[in-house]
Amino acid sequence: MILAAVPRLRAFAISLTGSVDRADDLVQETLLRAWTHFDSFQTGTNFNAWLFTILRNLFRSDYRKRKREVEDSDGMYSQFLPSLPEQFGNIELAEFRTALAKLPPDQREALVLVGADGLSYEETAQICGCAVGTIKSRVNRARTRLAKMLLIDGAEDFGPDAETAAVLSRDAVD
Amino acid sequence: MTDGKQESKRPANRARRPQSKKPALTPEIQKQIGRQLRNLYTGVVQEGVPDRFTELLRRLDAQDTPKDS
Repeated sequence: MILAAVPRLRAFAISLTGSVDRADDLVQETLLRAWTHFDSFQTGTNFNAWLFTILRNLFRSDYRKRKREVEDSDGMYSQFLPSLPEQFGNIELAEFRTALAKLPPDQREALVLVGADGLSYEETAQICGCAVGTIKSRVNRARTRLAKMLLIDGAEDFGPDAETAAVLSRDAVD
Repeated sequence: MTDGKQESKRPANRARRPQSKKPALTPEIQKQIGRQLRNLYTGVVQEGVPDRFTELLRRLDAQDTPKDS
């Protein structure tokens, strides 16, 4: 049962950490935690959502620790990107991945859970420990921002200068 | 030029670039975003379960129920 959840946990973890190695360590920690705390899982509730919650919480506490050590956490995220598998060898997708990496973590995780994993807004809200409305607005902002970044990158005549790019990647620290 | 400190309170609209006439989030673009998001995600999902996790869970299993193994 736990094993079946591993592929999705990895995909989510990679989207959080931006690094396959860190993601796999995070998944391992999650599995151990789930195993030892299995009695706290309430039968009848969504098992996958429970695992996602554990993984996210572990990531958050680890992330806070790292953030104290490394100021520029966004920069850190993107620096890991080249280590992601190049299974598509597709420029479009590479661009998309870079844009995704520039989203604020809150927006990225909401977008990934809803838009990629296909969880409901309710499940995602439960995992992220916030209101359904908050998730909806994060997903919306994430989409809008991605669209802007992708459009801007695609149109050379109004390509972003460095300052705009910096603003786009940091202006929603909410 | 990173004066991000002051702006972080308010994710200000004023920081946004002047918009082009087209709205950024057309249904077409939204569809594209969804497709690429799922591509990225399922790419990882389709890698299946790496050996280290199969091995880990096998060990945990064996630890938990020694008689069964």
